[in-house]
Amino acid sequence: MATQTIPRPAVSASTPPPVASGARRRKPPLARVAATAVVAVLAVAWLVPFAWATVTALKSETEAAATPITWLPASGFTLDAFAKVLGSGNIPTWTFNSIFTSAAITAVTLVISALAAYAISRINFRGKNVLMGVIVASIIIPPPVLIIPLFQQMQSLGLIDTYWALILPQVIHPPMVFVLKKFFDQIPRELEEAALMDGAGRLRIFTTIVLPLSRPILAAVAIFVFIGAWNNFLWPFIATNESSLLTLPVGLQTIKSAYGIQYAQNMASALLAALPLIVVFLFFQRQIIKGVATTGLAGT
Amino acid sequence: MTTSRLTAPQRRLPRAVLPRDIPRRGTAPRDIPRTAAPRGSFRDNWQGWAFVAPFVAFFLMFLVWPLLSGALMSLTGKSLTGANDGFIGLANYAEAFADPDMWRSLGNTLYFTLISTVPLVVIALALAALVNMGLPAQWLWRLSFFSPFLLASTVVSLFFSWMYNPQLGLFNDILAKIGLPPVAWLNDPSMAMWAIVIATVWWTTGFNFLLYLAALQNIPQQHYEAASLDGAGGWRQLFSITLPQLGPTTAMIVILQVLASLKVFDQIYQMTSGGPGGATRPVVQYIFEAGFTGYRLGYSAAISYIFFGLILLISVAQLFITRKRSA
Repeated sequence: MATQTIPRPAVSASTPPPVASGARRRKPPLARVAATAVVAVLAVAWLVPFAWATVTALKSETEAAATPITWLPASGFTLDAFAKVLGSGNIPTWTFNSIFTSAAITAVTLVISALAAYAISRINFRGKNVLMGVIVASIIIPPPVLIIPLFQQMQSLGLIDTYWALILPQVIHPPMVFVLKKFFDQIPRELEEAALMDGAGRLRIFTTIVLPLSRPILAAVAIFVFIGAWNNFLWPFIATNESSLLTLPVGLQTIKSAYGIQYAQNMASALLAALPLIVVFLFFQRQIIKGVATTGLAGT
Repeated sequence: MTTSRLTAPQRRLPRAVLPRDIPRRGTAPRDIPRTAAPRGSFRDNWQGWAFVAPFVAFFLMFLVWPLLSGALMSLTGKSLTGANDGFIGLANYAEAFADPDMWRSLGNTLYFTLISTVPLVVIALALAALVNMGLPAQWLWRLSFFSPFLLASTVVSLFFSWMYNPQLGLFNDILAKIGLPPVAWLNDPSMAMWAIVIATVWWTTGFNFLLYLAALQNIPQQHYEAASLDGAGGWRQLFSITLPQLGPTTAMIVILQVLASLKVFDQIYQMTSGGPGGATRPVVQYIFEAGFTGYRLGYSAAISYIFFGLILLISVAQLFITRKRSA
């Protein structure tokens, strides 16, 4: 009797609730203080480019180009540069283009990748192992290798300088099929088998049982694909010329050559372009960090 | 029996896929025994292909097709203007192998890969190990180190071009304050690539940092507890527990980082346009210029395939090394 009661607390003690983010309790406090100091200094250093860009953007053009350089301009801060950039430039249009194309790329990628991953995980169709092998092998193909033939292809389809040219070639993410398949593999089949017996179709099972259980991985994939599409430079740079169709990263490159030495306006444009994702990040920090850590190792 | 089979996988459900779930070669996925459905029944066949059809369609159109048409194009004298569309065999490849500019740009890409991968992995690991020592305000450190990764390359290039400005730049101002002579940064052929690496480290270290942090948090706490009981100090624990446990993660991060660095184009093109005097021009920029400023699509496609061959070679070598080490 006594031997039966003793092991119980022992079992629960051996599986303690997860300690907050790997905190090692027994670290000597001195080491932790030193580590905090080092990390704090580095974190401040890491923020310097943001801070310097912000200070520059808030100066007048004359102050921005004055020597010796100062963190606090004598004539005070001004929003002139932001007003000029927003008033004359295409930044609002480019922001829209970036949001629209990145959202479309993310949506299409999610739909086609999840459907394919589900079939590969669950349905015994002929050729599926070959298909999975081809998809995994294709991870090795570097996108820059495809830009020349893709440009030719888009040109012969008459799609250069359209949203189609921006979206269509960017929806294939073989690593994401792999990541999703791994997740679907872990969902117990029993959950679906009951519904199959009741005569529910595959698509219905997929949308009503599998997808709701897969929200975390779908969010992770969506975040990863969205960031990649938002920041992609090379392909949009080639696929679009017309100013009204440029995405933010490409538009910013044209600004750089146009504004030349107007440093305050350069920095104001850069900050405006950085703003949307930084704001999204501040709101969804936890999900984004988890998403990147989850999908990151599967490659880009 | 049924219940135990049900509950075991269910417990794993809420957790997202962790890096360690990605299978190493030779480990079969842990499949729950298949049900009666005979392999390749008619219903399974058409349903399976119907599900994968959209992906396969895009895959064929925008990956396989350009890959094949690019290979064909590299055997022609095709021009961007549409002229000179003839089959010329391997002439483009012969020309490329004799082209000093191609070799120089390949060399620049390899040089960038070498000098960027080391800091991008080592600094990320050091930062992650420090932050994982149970520091307060975890979110703050992640925010600082990871947020640059969310910036477009153009934004990073604007920030750093401005800081590298010889007269008005922050870097030379700091050098002057500590009594060092000014540096020409992006205008100095021997310094320009390093300047780009500094910007790249600032931009993307946060990504590897997050991957390391996730891996560190997956190391079972019991290892450290046991080591402490045995009297192992912090450094001892770092070298005999933390680093060995991070081995597979490091291998993956190095492979991915090398592949990413080999594709470098954006920040170099934006900050130096490949200059000064071609000192930083990477091979991807050479491909771009051969095609879009030189109008020689065939030649450009040939260089693309030489570059692809190099990437395949490096990937195979890396896989070979990591497999050998883990075996």
